[in-house]
Amino acid sequence: MSLLFFYSLRNVLTRRLTTVLTASGMALVVFVFASILMLAEGLQKTLVETGSYNNVVVIRRSSGSEVQSGVSRVQASIVETLPEVASGPMGRPLLAKELVVLITMEKRESGTRANVVIRGISGDSFLLRPQVKVAVGRTPKSGSSEIIIGKSIEKGFQGADLGKSLFFAMRSWTVVGVFDAGSTGFSSEIWGDGDQLMQAFRRPVFSSLLFRLREPSEFQQVKTRIESDPRLTLEAKRETTYYKDQSEVMAKFLRILGLSLTIIFSIGAVVGGMITMYASVANRTREIGTLRALGFRRTSILAAFLTESLALGFLGGIAGLFFASFLQFFTVSTTNFQTFSELAFRFSLDLSITLKAMCFALGMGFVGGILPALRASGMGIVDALREA
Amino acid sequence: MLLRLLFRNVLRHKLRTGLTLCGIGVAILSFGLLRTVISAWYAGVEASSANRLITRNAISLIFPLPLSYLERIRGVEGVKAVSYGNWFGGIYIEEKNFFANFAVEPRTYLELYPEYLLPEDQKETFLRDRRACIAGRKLVKRFGWKVGDLITLRGTIFPGNWEFVLRGIYSGRDSRVDESQFFFHWDYLNESLKKRKSLMADQVGIYILSVRNPELAAETAARVDRVFRNSYAETLTETEKAFQLGFVALTEAILLVIRLVSFVVIVIIMAVAANSMSMSVRERLGEYAVFKTLGFGGVYLGAMILGESLLIAALGGAGGILLTFPAAKTFLHYLGDYFPVFLVTKETVVFQGLAALAVGMAAAVLPAWRAVRIPIVQALGRIG
Repeated sequence: MSLLFFYSLRNVLTRRLTTVLTASGMALVVFVFASILMLAEGLQKTLVETGSYNNVVVIRRSSGSEVQSGVSRVQASIVETLPEVASGPMGRPLLAKELVVLITMEKRESGTRANVVIRGISGDSFLLRPQVKVAVGRTPKSGSSEIIIGKSIEKGFQGADLGKSLFFAMRSWTVVGVFDAGSTGFSSEIWGDGDQLMQAFRRPVFSSLLFRLREPSEFQQVKTRIESDPRLTLEAKRETTYYKDQSEVMAKFLRILGLSLTIIFSIGAVVGGMITMYASVANRTREIGTLRALGFRRTSILAAFLTESLALGFLGGIAGLFFASFLQFFTVSTTNFQTFSELAFRFSLDLSITLKAMCFALGMGFVGGILPALRASGMGIVDALREA
Repeated sequence: MLLRLLFRNVLRHKLRTGLTLCGIGVAILSFGLLRTVISAWYAGVEASSANRLITRNAISLIFPLPLSYLERIRGVEGVKAVSYGNWFGGIYIEEKNFFANFAVEPRTYLELYPEYLLPEDQKETFLRDRRACIAGRKLVKRFGWKVGDLITLRGTIFPGNWEFVLRGIYSGRDSRVDESQFFFHWDYLNESLKKRKSLMADQVGIYILSVRNPELAAETAARVDRVFRNSYAETLTETEKAFQLGFVALTEAILLVIRLVSFVVIVIIMAVAANSMSMSVRERLGEYAVFKTLGFGGVYLGAMILGESLLIAALGGAGGILLTFPAAKTFLHYLGDYFPVFLVTKETVVFQGLAALAVGMAAAVLPAWRAVRIPIVQALGRIG
């Protein structure tokens, strides 16, 4: 059996041009397959990491996102006094009342306009989000027209530089710092003092409330309490769930797009594999006859040719993944349909995508190889030997 | 003789040729579909009119403009008519039933958009009834509505359940018009907001302006913005096309991916076609040696290989192009909710043809080179 195995591998190596062409066809398909899965994964990872499990987001019922939501001051005070809210360092409730609006800014490279999230924060906003760290400069003083910008904003948008100021809502706002929020969605936001921003934008209501749970297990309890209170027209979600919901449409769109593309592409690659394998069977009819005459069984012949085809698929898969892995250095910045705002995220490769892509590549090899291999194993010894 | 040889050679390995044809066909088909997806993205841009301007809040689209701007905009030189509307963002039963719904000032809106064709009697009843709404033909078909039906939308921006009576079904003047939108009276929205003493009352999402002279559109837009400069709600006025392009630009990264991928599919198929050509040539090296011995030059051999490759590519490409039309129809049938306009353009077909040509050329280069270069003795002495 090991002889046949090497026989197959040697064959792959001998016809270099054909092998390279067939495998590169498959590699491209794997590349597309992996890259789109990586994109969807990166998006979801970014948005899921954005939230933390112990935090609860409160928005107006059925508003879907912070931007569309509105929470009045009265309602905010009611939520603030709930017993499930954890206490902060000063003994006050660990809760942030925030304003979230969108402004239009121009991108650095293309000059096209995109919507950027401005978050009006209150004192506890940084405490509630330990993943957000000030990288350069300082946090904005409360009561001043100062803002701090996320890393992706600094990289991607015109005029967003430390020390400069941005003009919106009839005021100019000084950028006093840049924060690094890792690969979370906050990196694509601008933060400033909530009260100042509410004044400037003439928004008398908050957009959302964010608080830490006293006990992580009390979520269900506080959710029921908020949603059944007749004074509140609000809904509560764990922060992780909230951000996961926001990535759903987009991730689904990417996955459907990726899947339909790869299915179409794989037809091309499978056809390529099949052509190669049929030719390789036809050219080696005599060898097959000889092998059979030497006593190798039909199943062994079948296995040998399948191995050859799988080897092609394997090569394609490895090459495709190799190139796809370089995508991890790239950041994609696009508008999330659900929040209508700009979000930067990275391609993210993990084990499950690697496995999926390899299975897919081997699957292509199998489908492309099975028919030719069956033909090879079905040949009669005498006919095969007689063939010129 | 060259042509006869070409056809004979193509038919020599029926299975291989068939597979290659099928591969090229699929690739050209998917290339065409991807390009159509991209042009579907631009459908709103294509459908926009040169004499319409859109005015919105300069901060961003989520901020409204006061209703009081209406008369002031109407007074600006060069503006012929003004209508206004709000993105309502209502949800019909479930979130996945998404469609675009707008609260508009109905009389002026229909005047500004002559491409929405509405029967006269339906228009009458729609204008008369404040709770009335109209919907596009495709949308009506999607949910099986009839004129007179009660439709309830759950508001996301404007809380609560909102009830409308379907009074008319519009159709598009041509196939570029989006027939899956939903319009209702802005007054209905505003009166309800006023009753609730909502801060969102008397606020308008966008103003739609028609200009007297499309050539002066840019000037008129600048004039409108000048009126409101340094007010608390500054405006940004641009042509409808630029406004729609702004939406496309939001997702340009995704568009770029689709565009790249549409070329990747061509590269994949180039590899496949080149592979099958190189195999054919390898098998026939002996014959080429005979040709050379007989005195046929390298040009002749090259033409023979290139011709065969082009013939296969042309056949496969033609098949792919022909299949694009029924495929686009099926695509529209299943995904029409996401892509209201899905048309295969002439440009797409031309691109498909060019792609097939490129595949045929590229596939022949390496094998032809090899066949031309190989010395006669070596080719004759070659085994298998």
